[in-house]
Amino acid sequence: MYSPFSILTKRIIKNSEKIFGLAGGGAGECYLCGSTTLNKAVFRNGPINGTMVFLDFEKPLESLYEQLEKIKQVGEEGDLDVTVMVEELEEKIRRKREEIYNNLTAWQRVQLSRHPERPYTLFYIEQMCDRFVELFGDRHYGDDKAIVGGLATFEGQTIVIMGHQKGTNTKTRQYRNFGMANPEGYRKALRLMKLAERFGFPVVTLIDTPGAYPGIEAEERGQAEAIARNLFEMAQLKVPIVCVVIGEGASGGAIGIGLGDKVYMLENTWYSVISPESCSSILWRSWDYKEKAAEALKLTARDMLSFGLIDGIIKEPLGGAHSDPEAMAEILKNHIVKTLGTLTPIPADELVMNRINKYSSMGVYDTVPEDEEVEEESA
Amino acid sequence: MGWFKRLKEGIQTATKYKKEAPDGLWYKCKRCSELSTSKEVKANFHKCPKCNYHIRIGSAEYFDLLFGEDYEELFGNLISKDVLEFSDLKPYKERLAQQHQKTGLLDAIRVAKGKIEEHSIVVCCMDFTFIGGSMGAVVGEKISKAIDHCLETHTPLLIISKSGGARMMEAAFSLMQMAKTSAKLTLMARAGIPYFSLMTDPTTGGVTASYAMLGDLNFAEPEALIGFAGPRVIKETIKRDLPEGFQTSEFLLEHGFLDFIVDRKDLRKRLADLLIMFSNAKAGS
Ligand SMILES: [Zn+2]
Repeated sequence: MYSPFSILTKRIIKNSEKIFGLAGGGAGECYLCGSTTLNKAVFRNGPINGTMVFLDFEKPLESLYEQLEKIKQVGEEGDLDVTVMVEELEEKIRRKREEIYNNLTAWQRVQLSRHPERPYTLFYIEQMCDRFVELFGDRHYGDDKAIVGGLATFEGQTIVIMGHQKGTNTKTRQYRNFGMANPEGYRKALRLMKLAERFGFPVVTLIDTPGAYPGIEAEERGQAEAIARNLFEMAQLKVPIVCVVIGEGASGGAIGIGLGDKVYMLENTWYSVISPESCSSILWRSWDYKEKAAEALKLTARDMLSFGLIDGIIKEPLGGAHSDPEAMAEILKNHIVKTLGTLTPIPADELVMNRINKYSSMGVYDTVPEDEEVEEESA
Repeated sequence: MGWFKRLKEGIQTATKYKKEAPDGLWYKCKRCSELSTSKEVKANFHKCPKCNYHIRIGSAEYFDLLFGEDYEELFGNLISKDVLEFSDLKPYKERLAQQHQKTGLLDAIRVAKGKIEEHSIVVCCMDFTFIGGSMGAVVGEKISKAIDHCLETHTPLLIISKSGGARMMEAAFSLMQMAKTSAKLTLMARAGIPYFSLMTDPTTGGVTASYAMLGDLNFAEPEALIGFAGPRVIKETIKRDLPEGFQTSEFLLEHGFLDFIVDRKDLRKRLADLLIMFSNAKAGS
C-alpha cells in the first residue's frame, strides 16, 4: 500500500544519509520530529582527513609542525630522549604563531574568517546551550538550510538563537548553500524573532555569510523585501537582540539578521558592504586586487570598532577560533551572558528607542554653508 | 563667490538649459532608436513619444513634474565626507569633486517639500548621475532628516529610488544606512504617517533591500529594473541565461511585491488621489 508518509520518510532518510554520511555515529537533524540531536561528529569541523589546514601565511608553522612530527617519531622509535627538543620546538611554534597572529593584514583576517575548520553556528549552539530545539520553516514557502535557529536554554534562561550555517564537507556545504540564504531564510529568522518577542525571550544572532544568495528564485520570492522587512522589524523588536559576526559579514545578507542592541565581531572576522573579491572586480575591474580592496574597505573588527559601527571585539584564542573551538565557544558564551545581563533589565520601549537612536547616528558627512538660504531669509 | 553657491547655480543652469532647449535638439530613444525633439520629450513627461520608454531623469525633473517651480529644497547643504580615506583606481575625494563638477549635485539624493493639489508632501529623490545613485552616509542622513521633518509636521513622505545600491567607497558606513533608514521608517509607521516608495529604473542592492521595499505602498514606473542582486551577478552565479522580463517592474508586480505600476504621466494625479485618501487616516493615535 502506498502511504505518502512512508515515501516521504524514505526520501528524507535517504536524503539525510546522503547529507551526513551517517558513518560518524548518527545524523544531526531529524526532519520528522524537528528536533536536533547535537552531535559533535556532525557539527564539529575537526581537522580534515586528520591533518591540519594551514593558510598561506601560516606556512612557517607547517614546516615547524612537520619537524615536530619527525622528532616525535624518532623519539618513539629509538632510545633517544627527545623531550627537550620537543619542548623547544613547541615553544618555537608558539612564538612563531604569536608573531604571525599579532601582525595580520586585513586580507589574512578575511582568510581566517573563511578557514575550513572554523566553528559555525550549530557548533556554538551545541557548546553554549543546555537545551536546543531547532525550528524549521518560514510558514510561507519553505525551510532554508543556510540559516538555522530555534529555542534554547542558555544559562538557565530561554532564548531564541539563530545564525547562518555553512557546511563542513563538500556535501554539507552544498546542502547549506555555502551559508547564502534565500528569502525564506530571512523570513524564518523573522518568524523566530517574532516568537521570541511574543514570549519575552532575548534574541541572539550569529552572522557568517558570504552574502544573500543571488539567484532567480531568490529574486522571484523577494530577497530584497525579506531583508528590508527584517531590518524594519528588528529595529522595533521589543526584546533584546545581540548579534555577533562569527565569520564572514557580507553586506545585506549579513545585516539581514544583524540589526541589534549590541553587535560584536570575533577578532578574525570581517564585516562590510561587499566582499573584497567583488569590490576588486567592480572598482579595480579585475579579480587581482582583493588584498588592496580588503585594506581599502577597512572591514576588520578593529576598524569597525574605531568607526563606532560595532560595540566590541571578542578575542579569539591564539591561532584563531579554529585552533581551539571549545575555548572560543566559552569566550563567546561569557560575552553573551554579560551582554544579556545588561540588556534584559532595560524596559522594552527604552530598549527600542535606544536601538533606533543608535542606528540613526551612524554615518559621517560634512555640511557646506547655505549662503543662498541665508540671503532668502534676510530678504 | 562661494563654492557651494557656484554648485547651486550649476544646478539651476542645467535646468535652465533644458527648459530653453531649442526644438532642434534631438533625442534618440535608447529602446526604439526613433528620434524626437527635446521639447516633445519634455511635453511627454520625459518619455519617448514613440514607444513610451521612461527616460532616466533626475531630481530636478521629478520635482518639476510634481511641483513645478513651487517647492522648497531641504537639507541641501549635506555633503559626503571621505572618512575611510578610500582609494581604488582613483581616490574617493577626487571622485566626489569630479562628480560635483559634472553633475552640479552635492550627492545622490535631494529632498523637497511642496504641495500636490493642496496636500503637502516631502519628496526624497535620488539622482542616478551621481556615482550611480549610490547610497552613502549623505543619502541615509537626508532620508533620516526628511523623516524627522515629516514626523514634526505630520507630512506624508515619498522616496523616489534610482540607485545601483550601496556606495562601496563608504563601505560599512554605507551598509549601515540600510539599518538606519529602516529603523527611522518604523517611526513613520508608529506615527501613522504614510510613506510611499516609488521605484524607478534602476533600483537595486541595498536600496531595494531597505527603504525602497518598505513603503506603506510600493509602486514603480513601467519596465524599471528592480532587484536585490544585479542581473550580471545572478547570471555569473547560476551560469545560465535569465528569463525574459526578469527583475522588471512587471515581474515584481506579478510576484506580489508591488502595489501597482504607474506611468510617469499619471504619477502626480495618482499621488494626489493617495494623499486625499490618506488625509483621513486615524492611525498613530
Ligand atoms: Zn522609444
